[in-house]
Amino acid sequence: MINTPITKEGIYDLLEAVKDPEVPVISVRELGVLRDVQVIDQRVIVTITPTYTGCPAMDVMKEDIEKELRNAGIPDFEVKQILSPAWTTDWISEEGKRKLKAYGIAPPEKTADIRALKGEAPVVECPQCGSKDTVMVSAFGSTACKALWKCKNCLEPFDQFKCL
Amino acid sequence: MTIQEALFTYCLRRGDDNLILSHRLGEWCGHGPQLEEDIALTNRALDLIGQARNYLQYAGQVEGKGRSEDDLAYLRNERQYTNVKLVEQPNGDYAHTMVRSFLFDAWHLPLQQALTRSKDDQLAAIASKAVKEIAYHLKTSGDWMIRFGDGTAESHQRAQRALDDLWTFSGELFATDDVEAVLFAAGIAPDMAAVKSAFDSTVQSVLTEATLKRPMDAYMATGGRQGKHSEHLGFMLAEMQYLQRAYPGAIW
Ligand SMILES: [Zn+2]
Repeated sequence: MINTPITKEGIYDLLEAVKDPEVPVISVRELGVLRDVQVIDQRVIVTITPTYTGCPAMDVMKEDIEKELRNAGIPDFEVKQILSPAWTTDWISEEGKRKLKAYGIAPPEKTADIRALKGEAPVVECPQCGSKDTVMVSAFGSTACKALWKCKNCLEPFDQFKCL
Repeated sequence: MTIQEALFTYCLRRGDDNLILSHRLGEWCGHGPQLEEDIALTNRALDLIGQARNYLQYAGQVEGKGRSEDDLAYLRNERQYTNVKLVEQPNGDYAHTMVRSFLFDAWHLPLQQALTRSKDDQLAAIASKAVKEIAYHLKTSGDWMIRFGDGTAESHQRAQRALDDLWTFSGELFATDDVEAVLFAAGIAPDMAAVKSAFDSTVQSVLTEATLKRPMDAYMATGGRQGKHSEHLGFMLAEMQYLQRAYPGAIW
C-alpha cells in the first residue's frame, strides 16, 4: 500500500472492512456513518458522523478506522467527527438495509413515509417470518438506535432500527 | 459581559441540565418497573449524556483554558453547577420520573429547534443532531403522561401529585438573565417567550388528553442557573464525582 499512490477509492475499499461493532454485518459506509474521504498530497482525511449523540459505538468505529488505516501503512491520516448535517436513517444504503434484515433487525422505514408524516405507527415487517402483524413492545431497545418489537404471527421478539 | 463569556456559561447550562438529568435517569438502571422501561430510561440517559458531552467539550473550547469535558463534569462543585433545579430532583416513583422528563422534554424540544437556527455554527450543529432524539423522548414521555393520567385511579393520582410537586420547578426553564440577553442580541440564543409558548401548547394538549389538571402558576423556584441548588444536588455529585476525586486523573 505504501508503494502505490493512495486514492480515495482505495480508502473506501479499505474501510469496507470496518463494521458497526453492534451490528457486525453492516459496514460504516453502508450505515451512512462514513461521510467523506479526502486525499490531499497523500494525507488521508476521513470524516464520520454519529448515528446517535451518545452512541458508545462511535468511539469504537473511530478507533477501528484508525487501526485499519494504520495496518494498511497509511502514514498520515486524520479521522474527523462532524455533527452537521445530522445523520438520518435514510443514509443507510439499500444494501445495508437488506443486510440488517438478514441479520434479524427490521430496517427503518423511510422518514418521508406518509404514515410517519401523519404521526401514525409504522408498519414493520417481522424480519423472521415477514408478517406485517407486529406490535411495538418498547420505543427503546437493546442499543440507542433500536426499538423492541414483537411478531404476532411467529411470536418472536425482534429489534427494529429506529427511524430518525 | 463579552459574547465569549456568555457563550461559555450558556454551553455549561445546556451541558449541566443534560448531565444531571442523565445521571438521575441512570439511577433507575436495574430498578425499572419492568425490563423494557429499565432499558428505555437508560437509553434516554445515554442520549442526554451524549448531548452533555457535546456541550461541555464546546464550553471548554470556548473558555480556552484547556478544560476538558471530564474536568468540567467531575471537578466542579455544586455552586459551580448551572443546571435548573428540576433536573436534580430525586426520582420518586415512576410517575414522578416521567413527569419530570415530560416537563423537561416539552421545554427542551422547542429550545433546541430554535437553536438549529443559531448564528453560532457549533450550537446549531449540536442542536440539529439533538432535536431528533428529543422529539423521540417527548413522544414517549407524553405517551406515559396520557397512560398514567387516563389510566387507573391510582396512576392518575400519582401523576397528578407528581405534576403538582414538580410544577414549581418549571418556571426556571424560561428565566432569562444577562447571559441570555447578550446571546439573544447576537442571534445566538433564541427568544425564550417563543419557547414558552410552544411549551404551553404541548403541556395543554397532553394534559387535556391525559385528563390531568395543569397546576396554577404560583411560586416558582429559581437559583439553579446561579449555582444555588436544592439540597439534593450535593449528594448526587458526591456519588457521581467520587472516583475522580478519590483517584485524580483515573482513566479506564
Ligand atoms: Zn414473525
